[in-house]
Amino acid sequence: MTSPFQASSNSSSGIRDLIRHNQDKKSFRKTIEVWIPRFLFLLAFLSVLTTLGILIILLTETIEFFKTVPVLDFFTGTVLKPLSQTPAFGILPLVMGTLVSSGIAILVAGPIGLMAAIYLSEYASRRVRSVLKPALELLAGVPTIVYGFFAFTFVTPLLRQWIPSLEATNILSPGLVMGVMIIPMIASLSEDAMRSVPQAMREGSAALGSTKLETALKVVVPAALSGIIASFVLGISRALGETMIVAIASGSSKNFTFDITESMQTMTAYIVEVTSGDAAAGSTVYYSLYAVAMTLFATTLLMNLLAGKIARKFREVY
Amino acid sequence: MTTLTNYRPATRLRVVARTEAPKPIFTTEDLNVWYGTTHALKNIDLTIYENEVTAIIGPSGCGKSTYLKTLNRMVETDPAVRIAGTAKFKETDLLHATVERLRSEVGMVFQKPNPFPKSIYDNVAYGPKLHGIRKKAMLDEIVENSLKKAALWDEVKDRLSSSAFGLSGGQQQRLCIARSLAIEPSVLLMDEPTSALDPVSTNKVEELIRELKKDVSIVIVTHNMQQAARISDRTAFFLHGEVVEYDRTETIFERPSSHLTDDYVNGRFG
Ligand SMILES: Nc1ncnc2c1ncn2[C@@H]1O[C@H](COP(=O)(O)OP(=O)(O)O)[C@@H](O)[C@H]1O
Ligand SMILES: [Mg+2]
Repeated sequence: MTSPFQASSNSSSGIRDLIRHNQDKKSFRKTIEVWIPRFLFLLAFLSVLTTLGILIILLTETIEFFKTVPVLDFFTGTVLKPLSQTPAFGILPLVMGTLVSSGIAILVAGPIGLMAAIYLSEYASRRVRSVLKPALELLAGVPTIVYGFFAFTFVTPLLRQWIPSLEATNILSPGLVMGVMIIPMIASLSEDAMRSVPQAMREGSAALGSTKLETALKVVVPAALSGIIASFVLGISRALGETMIVAIASGSSKNFTFDITESMQTMTAYIVEVTSGDAAAGSTVYYSLYAVAMTLFATTLLMNLLAGKIARKFREVY
Repeated sequence: MTTLTNYRPATRLRVVARTEAPKPIFTTEDLNVWYGTTHALKNIDLTIYENEVTAIIGPSGCGKSTYLKTLNRMVETDPAVRIAGTAKFKETDLLHATVERLRSEVGMVFQKPNPFPKSIYDNVAYGPKLHGIRKKAMLDEIVENSLKKAALWDEVKDRLSSSAFGLSGGQQQRLCIARSLAIEPSVLLMDEPTSALDPVSTNKVEELIRELKKDVSIVIVTHNMQQAARISDRTAFFLHGEVVEYDRTETIFERPSSHLTDDYVNGRFG
C-alpha cells in the first residue's frame, strides 16, 4: 500500500519517511482498533441486557399478578392483607410507608446536607475540607444494617423519652436515621455543584459589598440550584430504595396512616417480609412481590431520570 | 535594574489652569503588598482625584491589578496577602474600614464580564436588594436608571426578565457596569474592562467611561496605551511593583520625565 501523501517533505533526517513507512504497514494496531471497540460495546451492552432482563421478568410476573388482582384495586386499595383468609392487595399502605419514611429522611438530610455543603464549599479551608469531606463520605460506607440496628436499639428508645406514645417499631426513627444516612450524599454532591460555580461570581458579589454568607446564599446556592436539587432527588431515590433500616426499625404493620409514631411498612420491607416467609411460587402473594417491586422500580427510575435531567440542565448554566 | 530601584517617582502634581482644585479620593502612602513572599507593590505613593479618569498602565505583572484590588480590598480574598502602609478613601483609613461598607462605595468591574446566572433585572437589582432596598417601584426605577447610565437600556428593556447569559460579551460588560452603578458608588474600579471585548463594544464602553466620569471617579487598568490616552485625565505608569511616573495623561504621553515611561508608551518594551 502506498501512502496517499506524496513525499513532499524536504526533511533530511528521514524521520518522516520512517513514520510514513510504519503507517503503511498493516499492523496489529489496526486489528486492535477494530476489535477492541466491539468488545467494549459488548460489555456495555451486557449491563443494558441485564437491566432489560430484570425489567422483562418484573413485567411478565406483574401481568400475571394483575390477572387475579385488578389493577385499580391494587393501586387504590388502602388495605393490604396478603396472608389473611380474605386477602386484600392494596399497595397504598406500602406507598404511604415509603413516602413518609423518605419524606422524613429528606426533611432531615436536605437542610443539614445543604448547610454542610455551604460550609465545605464556602468556608472550610483546604485543610479542613481535606479531612471533613472524606470523613463525611466514610459515613456513606456504613452498612445499612448497622443504621437499622442503631435506629431500633438506640434512636427509638431515645425518642420514646420525648414521645411516650411512640411504638417500639415506628416509621419516625428509621426515617430520621435514613436522613442521617443520606446526608453525606447530599452534602457531597451539593458541594461539588457549589464549587463548580465560577469564582468570578463570588467576586462580583463581594465587590458589591456582600458578606460571605450573603454571597453564598444569594449567588452561589441559586447558581448551583439545579445541582443541589439533583442531589436531593438522588437522596430521595436512595431513601425510597432503602430496605434494611425500615425493615428492622419500623416493623411490618401494613398501616395506612399519617401517624409517624406508628409502625408502617415500606415497599422494600414488604418484599423482605414476603420473600423471607414462605410464599408458595405461583400464589397471589408471590406475584404481588413483583407488582410491588415493579412499582418501586418505576418510582426510583423516574427519580433518577429526573435527577439526570436536572443535572444536565445545570451543566448548561455557565 | 539598578536604575529602577533607585528611581524615585516624579509625582509633581501641580494643578494647572483649573478653576477648582480636584479633591483626592484615594491617597496611598508607602503602600506595600505581598503575596506570600512575592513583593507585588513597593512603597506606592499615589493620590487619585475625584471625578477624573485615572489610568494605570504598565507591563503585565507590574502590579496594576494588585493596586486596583487593594483600593477595594479584593486582594484580601487571597489569604496569603499582606498589606502594609496607609491607604485612604476620602478621609477614612480604608485598610481598617468595614470591608462591605468600603466595597459598596467603591464599585468594581472585572476583566471578564461576570454577570450572575440570574435575569438582567435581578443582576442590576442585586446590589440595592442586598443593601436593604425592597420596594418594587424603587427597584424598578434603580434598574432602569442604572441600565440607562450604562447605555444598555434600549437594548434590554424588552427582555429584563431573561437570563443575563443571553447577552453578548459587550452587553454583559455594560450590564456589570450597570450592576455596579445601581448602588451609586463614588468610585468605579475597572480592571482591563475591554480586554475581552471586540472593537465596537470597546468603543461603547470607552464612551460610557467618558460619560460616567461626571458622576463617579474612575480608576482603570489598561494595557492599551491608546485607550489610556483617549479616556484618562491622569496616568500612572507602574513597573515591577513601583510607580515610575504619575502625571496628567498628556504629559505622560507627550513629555514624560522618565525615559522608561517614554520607552513604554512608545512601545519600545512591554
Ligand atoms: N494571587 C496571587 N498569588 C501570588 N502572586 C500573585 C498573585 N496575584 C498576582 N501575583 C503576583 O504579583 C505581581 C503583580 O501581579 P498583578 O497585580 O496581577 O499584575 P498586573 O495586573 O499588572 O499584570 C506579579 O508578579 C504576580 O505574579
Ligand atoms: Mg492584571
